[in-house]
Amino acid sequence: MITNINHYGVAGLALAGLLASGSAHALDTSFAKITRGKQLVDAGDCVSCHTQKDGGKKFAGGRAVETPFGVIYSPNITPDPETGIGGWSDEQFYQAMHDGIGPDGERLYPAFPYPYFTKLTRDDVMAMRAYLNTLPAVKNRPREADLTWPLNHRVFMRGWNMLFFTPGSFKPDPDKSAEWNRGAYLVEGAAHCGACHTPKNFLGADKTARALDGGAIQDWFAPKIAGALRDGTGGWSVADIAEYLKTGRNKFSGAAGLMAEVVANSTSKLPDSDLHAIATYVKDMRRDKHPSPPPPPEAKKPSPKMAAGEAIFTDSCSACHGGDGKGTPGLFPPLAGNANVQQRDPTTVIRVILNGARTVATDKAPTTAAMPAYNWKLKDDEIAAVASYVRNAWGNRAAPVDPGAVKSLRDSLRKDRTGGS
Amino acid sequence: MAKKLPAKDVVLVGFGWTAAILGQELTDAGLDVLAIERGSWRDTSTDFAVTFAQDELRYMWRRALFEEPARETVTFRNAPDQEALPMRHLGSFLPATGVGGAGVHWNGQTWRFLPTDFVARSHNEQRYGPLPADMTVQDWGITYDELEPHYDKFEYLCGISGKAGNLAGQIQAGGNPFEGPRRRDYPNPPLDMVYGPTLFEAAAKATGHKPFPCPAANMSRAYTNPLGVMLGPCTYCGFCEKFGCGNNSKASPQTTVLPVLMRKDNFELRTDCEVLTVNQDKSAKRATGVTYIDAQGEEFEQPAEMVIMCAYALHNPRLLLLSGIGTPYDPKTGEGAVGKNYAYQITSGVDVFFDDKILNPFVGAGALGIGIDDYNGDNFDHTGLGFIGGGYLACWDTNARPIEHHPTPAGTPKWGPDWKKAVAKNYLTTASISTHGAVMSHRNNYLDLDPTYRDIYGRPLMRMTFDFTDNEHKMSDYLTARAADIAKAMNAREIHAKKRTGHYSIVPYQTTHNTGGAIMGADPKTSVVNKYLQSWDLYNLFVLGACAFPQNAGYNPTGTVAALAYHTADAIKTQYLKNPGFLVQA
Repeated sequence: MITNINHYGVAGLALAGLLASGSAHALDTSFAKITRGKQLVDAGDCVSCHTQKDGGKKFAGGRAVETPFGVIYSPNITPDPETGIGGWSDEQFYQAMHDGIGPDGERLYPAFPYPYFTKLTRDDVMAMRAYLNTLPAVKNRPREADLTWPLNHRVFMRGWNMLFFTPGSFKPDPDKSAEWNRGAYLVEGAAHCGACHTPKNFLGADKTARALDGGAIQDWFAPKIAGALRDGTGGWSVADIAEYLKTGRNKFSGAAGLMAEVVANSTSKLPDSDLHAIATYVKDMRRDKHPSPPPPPEAKKPSPKMAAGEAIFTDSCSACHGGDGKGTPGLFPPLAGNANVQQRDPTTVIRVILNGARTVATDKAPTTAAMPAYNWKLKDDEIAAVASYVRNAWGNRAAPVDPGAVKSLRDSLRKDRTGGS
Repeated sequence: MAKKLPAKDVVLVGFGWTAAILGQELTDAGLDVLAIERGSWRDTSTDFAVTFAQDELRYMWRRALFEEPARETVTFRNAPDQEALPMRHLGSFLPATGVGGAGVHWNGQTWRFLPTDFVARSHNEQRYGPLPADMTVQDWGITYDELEPHYDKFEYLCGISGKAGNLAGQIQAGGNPFEGPRRRDYPNPPLDMVYGPTLFEAAAKATGHKPFPCPAANMSRAYTNPLGVMLGPCTYCGFCEKFGCGNNSKASPQTTVLPVLMRKDNFELRTDCEVLTVNQDKSAKRATGVTYIDAQGEEFEQPAEMVIMCAYALHNPRLLLLSGIGTPYDPKTGEGAVGKNYAYQITSGVDVFFDDKILNPFVGAGALGIGIDDYNGDNFDHTGLGFIGGGYLACWDTNARPIEHHPTPAGTPKWGPDWKKAVAKNYLTTASISTHGAVMSHRNNYLDLDPTYRDIYGRPLMRMTFDFTDNEHKMSDYLTARAADIAKAMNAREIHAKKRTGHYSIVPYQTTHNTGGAIMGADPKTSVVNKYLQSWDLYNLFVLGACAFPQNAGYNPTGTVAALAYHTADAIKTQYLKNPGFLVQA
């Protein structure tokens, strides 16, 4: 609580500065509105993309956001009038959030998830603005995007929007509870879960019919979070989902990689009521809407690859994950029944074996358990074998992993496309 | 000229167990705390990950986790009339460098001292008459009962695996019946026992002793401590002492405190910075802060309201001497207290060679074993024995690491085909009973600054003057004989008793249980700190660690070091902060 008080203390000064600089827009600075705005800015995890890595000023932009089409550098959204959004009118801010159109009428790139933010009510967008106005103004002009043709022409985005973008606000489902609707509003709007977890077409737009069915992103595979039992969250209770979002782990899994950032900067800060609402909505996503591909049939006799994988697992993995794949829930994730391990796309399991992973630390679960990297220790075919083993041992079922997939991910992970920002 | 930095509420010198405890407790009290550590940041997944943690060559033989003698070492002699020479390789003890200190590479043997240990002089004199003139044993100025809540706190922080022997005065079957009364049982059950120690257990019982599973900071199951930090179950890999645990299953600052402490806004850690002096004001009543040097060679003056020395037991007394705080001990007159009563541990062992029992000793853990306390402290009548004190006997199964562990019977050649045959024959079938004896303090065992040798910053090295006395040898011989009695009852092919003979040698590894030099007590003339480990000289200076022990007991020190640290933290929080000043009037 002390942090919040300090925060709003600083906010007062920033506001005074804005007024003195003669900004035209009227400010509704009521505490309730700012608080609501903060909650939505937290839910949107705005700080992650709008802060440069390794010590950048919060919300001052410059973070390299990697897309399949090149690198985009996030803008400064502090109230600085020259380099931030302090000079924008409320209408310009709303237009950016709701229509993906910048202050000069330019089309924004959907790395900024306006296809989700369009669902937000105008009131909520203004609350987010009110909160952002309380931030200290930081002078910082991030570099221009570095995209491949034709996406380097913003006009191209007109066509993209025509094809893939429908502006509009969230429509509550009157047959569902208020909590369900709150969850849906957050998941489909501010929290933009589908930006990672929904598969994309060749132009980077969501395959909306397969919402939250799992998506490839930045050499990870954001797992299916629709409710399938084997490779989704079907086996998780509402409380399990809420616990994961609050603490970064539950008895099934721990958040690492991009999701670690989401938990640290966003979901761990949300009120329990919102987490419960999100969990209620996710839990209710019907399984038959997104049927998982049928698992490959169980082999009669263990293949040589499975035998090799089991041997590597026993030597290198079982100390933490247990010979029975049950792990130590909360510290070393169980692999038996683990949805992440059984995704149709094995990128995440290969990546975690190659580079290791570190679970997020939160106030509720401060232990950062980490898996070390095996990229220096295991060859491509060995990683393929052990990944295939964990995808098919203890009742797990998923397609085996090809050494070529390990090699290409290994090569890709060696490249740093973002210049470290 | 040192650059002066903005002041902090508290500066911790060093960042091992005691600093982690004080850092956590004092940041909880709202203080702004800075820890200054001469070594580097170390963490499980980067520095001793399971992919390479069990590298015996790197960690044990090439000493990856220890103090580097090229940077700092001690000079050593057995007696004041000898010339001390510098230790250019680590030997008898292995102090650490780096975050977590020796709490990273310890075995995890976590004991409480006996109630009588804290009143070693008055208790023994009352029972056996006056002690020899040169035996400078002192009472601690604190009692077991005062420390009990703090032992408890540390055991729950660490998730100690064990079995209570005395719950609030009620003796518990299967535990150590000699231990002081404890408020509750250990947080975790004992580790699963392996074969060798169970053979010892049976023989100990058959010979009228009271065996129990030794208390271990190796987790018998997954554990979440009161700070919310999680440890994993031990895998019995046998790489504890001299190694960092790759599985988060040995309690260390990293696995119990740091995940919480490092997240706090009012805590800061500066690594690769070595404190050169503790500074004091002109009145010599108050510490003003410390001066330290960073890796670039730049010096900084760090002012602070409180200075808490949390470096290793050997380094705190040296820093006091280098800073001119307190009166250096003079063995001729017996006056002065800084450097006084350096003590250690005396150990011996009995190897037990079987033919028909496969013990699989490589299935081990740092504190996995069965012990007996029948011959520790004053648990037995010393009348006519010619010594005071004692030690525990234990059949540990800490490891059977391939480079280090080659048990061979007496008379085996030291190398060649016969040695190889003997190793192959005995590797799987040998158990060992070790004795872990107390060392009483003696007039001529002490620490001071070396007149000749200096460290890389030009400061005098610490000079250690130490030898075992008659008391230690008689006691150790007695313990070794008792261990041999039990070994015989194990009905093995042969046993080999290895007595500790002659002068103390600093060359072979024994234990990293160095004690004394900044001892606690009730009298400022004969001690450096009071019962709260607060300096008698500078009221805002506290000196933690085993350097406070007036003499060493027959146990591993970490449990008592940590309990004293919690006791200090509690006194600072509940008494000192309300009214900064001496907590005990001289």
